[in-house]
Amino acid sequence: MAPLDFLADYLPILVMLFIAFFIAIAMVTASFIVGKSKPDSAKLSAYECGFDAFDDARHKFDVRFYLVAILFIIFDLEIAFLFPWAVSLGDIGLFGFWSMVIFLGVLTIGLIYEWNKGALDWE
Amino acid sequence: MTSFQWQSLVPILPEITMAVGAMALLMVGVFRGDKSAQLLNILSIGLLLTVLGLILGITPFTLTTLNNALITDSFSQFGKAVIAVGLMAALLLSHRDLREGVMGRFEFPVLVLLSGIGMMLMVSANNFLSLYVALELQSFPLYVLAALRRDNAQSAEAGVKYFILGALSSGFLLFGISLLYGFAGTLDFSLLAGTLMQNGAVPGAVIGMVFVLTGLAFKISAVPFHMWTPDVYQGAPTIVTSLFAIVPKIAAILLFLRLLNGPFAPLTPDWIQIIIFLSIASMIWGALAGLVQQNIKRLLAYSSIGNMGYALLGVLAASPEGTASVLLYMTIYMIMTAGTFAIILSVTRHGEGVESLHGFAGLSKTSPAKAYALAALMFSMSGIPPLAGFFGKLFVFQSLLESGFYIVAVIGVVTSVVAAYYYLKIIKIMFFDEQQESFDDAPSSQARYFVAALSLAFVLFFIVNPNVLMATTRIAAQSLFG
Repeated sequence: MAPLDFLADYLPILVMLFIAFFIAIAMVTASFIVGKSKPDSAKLSAYECGFDAFDDARHKFDVRFYLVAILFIIFDLEIAFLFPWAVSLGDIGLFGFWSMVIFLGVLTIGLIYEWNKGALDWE
Repeated sequence: MTSFQWQSLVPILPEITMAVGAMALLMVGVFRGDKSAQLLNILSIGLLLTVLGLILGITPFTLTTLNNALITDSFSQFGKAVIAVGLMAALLLSHRDLREGVMGRFEFPVLVLLSGIGMMLMVSANNFLSLYVALELQSFPLYVLAALRRDNAQSAEAGVKYFILGALSSGFLLFGISLLYGFAGTLDFSLLAGTLMQNGAVPGAVIGMVFVLTGLAFKISAVPFHMWTPDVYQGAPTIVTSLFAIVPKIAAILLFLRLLNGPFAPLTPDWIQIIIFLSIASMIWGALAGLVQQNIKRLLAYSSIGNMGYALLGVLAASPEGTASVLLYMTIYMIMTAGTFAIILSVTRHGEGVESLHGFAGLSKTSPAKAYALAALMFSMSGIPPLAGFFGKLFVFQSLLESGFYIVAVIGVVTSVVAAYYYLKIIKIMFFDEQQESFDDAPSSQARYFVAALSLAFVLFFIVNPNVLMATTRIAAQSLFG
């Protein structure tokens, strides 16, 4: 077997990537050509979270955005662990199950802490 | 996958107890608020006593658990016991400051406990993944603690500086681990030792080892990776500085010992050069830069840099005797540092701790007990017999001479004489300089006097029965060499 033959197994993924790429391009271009575009300042301003993308970096911003983002990332990562755990639960057995339960318990303690500390209150 | 036995967790029962306890205390604290900081501190000391009992109660067989991720043997048992004692000392020293004000936060004892779990896992690590996780668990609470006085620019600076350099060192460490994994194909310590033994010194693996040692050298602040130490020691609140000085470096030095005599043993000719350089540079820079310091916390930072150099000397020998001498040295150093900080913390003026060296002028007249105690500790630090510090250095040099490192030993002795200057300078200032302003009259906390008294008793009376501690270190060192 030539050194790079194993890559052939990944061909379907490559095909899928190409298809996804072209569908995405087609949709964006189509909406760009067909859709109506009437910009005004309200529509163009930064939406919801924060500030203009291209602006002077040295200005004041609300640090609470970052607090929320950090707290979000913790639970986002938890999901990233939960998916492979759920898929492989049959193989890892009771030990794997309780490991995750303990992990979730530790995270819950963190949640109780931040809740009580008022990190989740905006005002 | 073999079925999991709950009994296999018994070796790490101390850590589990500590983790559950720390989380329980966090919950108590968050519902009762900052006014419970002192209560939590007392409960944490109680928890540490329990943990110490568990550590000493576990029979010191060599056992691995969690798929070889962690190992417990006499070596890790010794390390954990010393760490638990050090943490208790640090918590006792902090007790008074937790009463109110900016430092009166219930998170303090909890963070100390969490960091302590990391340190204990570090000395138990038997795999590069568990090593890394333990190291980070140890470091993160310390970053937060350094910046605990958020309203103080110096403290915030110390926290940020410590965090950035710590993150950098973790990067080095991870890069080294990835190289080792790439060239040896395993992260397990014993398997790695076997692979390196078979294949000899593969350049990639050697480079990986150099990066791992660099990352760890940051943690023990060996020159040239010491830059953060003086600023962090000075900027952090003094109770946090005392914690930094007392405990974390023991865990890091023990990790050095386990790595160099375990997985990296086949690469001994390569790492010996690195350790020689690190230790000589640390001893010289610790001695010379300490000479010009005017702030006692900064001075103690350079003193700790120098002392890490001496500890690394014992690592050089790569023998059970050398390892035992390092364990003894670190234990004595920890106890001396705890006493020194206990006294420094108890000397205050207008409610603030005295930090400038000349601020200690005239201490011998107003509170002679503190001055004499600090003098004894400084004599011990500079290695004057018959105090404990002398024996720490003696056994390190002895193991060094047995292994034939004569030049390094001579350099060590010379720098130790140079460093004696600044220890003696403190004594001179306390006893012979004119006092400018009076100290606070109110007595400091009982807990601090207690720590200072214990430390002083150890330093003075170590010579009466040194064999108990020495025999223990020898057994611990022996278990590392199987």
